[in-house]
Amino acid sequence: MKIREIVPLLEAEVLCCEEDLDVEVCNACGSDMMSDVLAFVKDQTALLTGLVNPQVVRTAMMVDMRCIIFVRGKCPTPEMIALAEEGHIVLLATKLRMYEACGRLYVSHLAGGD
Amino acid sequence: MGDELRFHFNIDGDNFTSAGEASVEVKKKLRQLGFPPDVIRRVSIAMYEGEINMVIHARGGDADVLVYPDRIVIILEDHGPGIEDIDLAMQEGYSTAPDSVRALGFGAGMGLPNMKRYTEEMHVESTLGVGTKITMVVNVQ
Repeated sequence: MKIREIVPLLEAEVLCCEEDLDVEVCNACGSDMMSDVLAFVKDQTALLTGLVNPQVVRTAMMVDMRCIIFVRGKCPTPEMIALAEEGHIVLLATKLRMYEACGRLYVSHLAGGD
Repeated sequence: MGDELRFHFNIDGDNFTSAGEASVEVKKKLRQLGFPPDVIRRVSIAMYEGEINMVIHARGGDADVLVYPDRIVIILEDHGPGIEDIDLAMQEGYSTAPDSVRALGFGAGMGLPNMKRYTEEMHVESTLGVGTKITMVVNVQ
């Protein structure tokens, strides 16, 4: 699935790296615990999280993720957006809660990764 | 020894926000050197977990990365409180981190297990009240 297709599915706002919306993601991971994310290493993963601090972006950088989706209306700081731009990571924000956001992606055939 | 490339970083223990900067830097350097993506990712994750640990538990420390053609060695050394029971600390889910750290997305007891998961060798030397030294090796296949 292209990141571009996630935007309408989650009624999301694109916060940065609009030029990378055609990047493909093959699976997704929903978590507020970054070490759990680091234990789950897959190529082309999108991260859904309600956590807002720069370590979310660094965690994504470490595992080569290209898309982070902030749920529950959480908004990343300008510092996080700058970091994401540096790492070419698309940041999306949705008002949906974690459960519903994950559910909508899952039924749209974005795998859980295992 | 002697033919390696060596990178040294001082990890600032007072700033959680900047934790991970050294790992990002190492990732960039390994990319420039042309290492395979899987090797780069394993080195970055292991070092990043170590860096976060040093900031959370030990008020920072020193990180050295030694790059050989066939392996990458990461040495993390701090002067923090030390690890009381290393076997226990290596178990997934065991953590002594306070709730304030969990609220930041870490301290779930996955740091050391993740470091072991992504490296071929990992040695932990720790003395209570003196500090901890962790040496990790990632082989280049």
